[in-house]
Amino acid sequence: MADSFPSFFETLKQHGLVLKRKPAEILQINLGRLCNQACKHCHLSAGPHKRDIMNRNTMDEVIDFAQRCKFKAVDITGGAPEMNPDLPYLIETISSVADQVMLRSNLSALLDYSHDQLIPVLKKNRVILVSSFPSLNPAQTDSQRGIGVFEKSIEALMLLNRQGYGMDGTGFLLNLVSNPSGAFLPSSQKALEKRYREILKKKWGINFNNAYTFANVPLGRFEAWLQQSGNYDDYLTLLYKSFNPCTLPGLMCRNQISVSFDGYLFDCDFNLAAGVYKAFEKTHISQIRVSSFDKDPIAVGNHCYTCTAGTGFT
Amino acid sequence: METYYNPADLLKFNNIGKDVPELAKKFFEYYGAVFLEGELSEREKSLIALAVAHTIQCPYCIDAYTKACLEKGSNLAEMTEALHVVTAIRGGASLVHGVQMRNVAEKLSI
Repeated sequence: MADSFPSFFETLKQHGLVLKRKPAEILQINLGRLCNQACKHCHLSAGPHKRDIMNRNTMDEVIDFAQRCKFKAVDITGGAPEMNPDLPYLIETISSVADQVMLRSNLSALLDYSHDQLIPVLKKNRVILVSSFPSLNPAQTDSQRGIGVFEKSIEALMLLNRQGYGMDGTGFLLNLVSNPSGAFLPSSQKALEKRYREILKKKWGINFNNAYTFANVPLGRFEAWLQQSGNYDDYLTLLYKSFNPCTLPGLMCRNQISVSFDGYLFDCDFNLAAGVYKAFEKTHISQIRVSSFDKDPIAVGNHCYTCTAGTGFT
Repeated sequence: METYYNPADLLKFNNIGKDVPELAKKFFEYYGAVFLEGELSEREKSLIALAVAHTIQCPYCIDAYTKACLEKGSNLAEMTEALHVVTAIRGGASLVHGVQMRNVAEKLSI
């Protein structure tokens, strides 16, 4: 980390702030780092050669845990969750436990891995799709996510629209997520959504519900790229200088908790990537009986400057 | 001094208000207002600024508005096309004076 500015912990102290949890409402389940893509901005360094995926036994423990702690919503992520053969089982089972299930999809994996079997399961359980779509420009998308990804993403979005996802009145929600293609902050969510809606409709007839922008987190493969390209110090300084204390109440680590592919708890997916356990203590979900985690301390590191930059990213 | 331009100086732009604060205040308020979303989006305004920055060849502005364009969601193809627009106008402005050159030459020539 760049040492030309105070640590995130110090900055919180300077502002007289303490980061503590509210009752946990969302359980984020990371199914592991196996992915069909190897994106340059990936904080988890996920890719086709990673072999850590959640097995059925851990999945059952996660489902029990979700039931015990009564999470309102579940957010399934990876890697590419579609590559886990037990994903349909997880969705079917956990849908009876949580009111809302979200699935993060990189779109190309949805296209490549049995979408004909998976999409009916998603629709039956009203799963909200949160899909990566970094840019309207093929070159920017492909340089971040791999050659041919833009074309596949468009194909997948058209398929989802045909299935009712992103279409008015169906209730099948399709949300898009854009990460910048490099060491700079994302555009405003409102401006990006407006432009995406206009261009996607005009060029490809594609509809979606919401678009979100997330800043890239200086961990994993993105951190390596920052170092290699000589952008590391400037990017960290940019995040630090964009620190906005008003973002703290809305940070995802306040009301969300993450579980790794092997069943351990983390304050967020970024701490999971950094290997920093929830409140710095290695705890397996099977050790937790019933808890809302209210007022628990939150483990922080300098990568936390990402979520507090500008208007914040959650 | 090795070079007249230092990237770190861009961050000192505010210092221009040290001795004449009223005018600087007016300028920076105006500058900030210009780049807010209006009939043109912030993204479109940044593309214009980038193109003009190349015309006036201001390294500070090129640095700042390249970053701004990327942050506002523009891509390299759009940014390059914007440069071609100002290049065409700049080149065209030179070339169109050829009419004047021809007028003079034709008047003098038999």
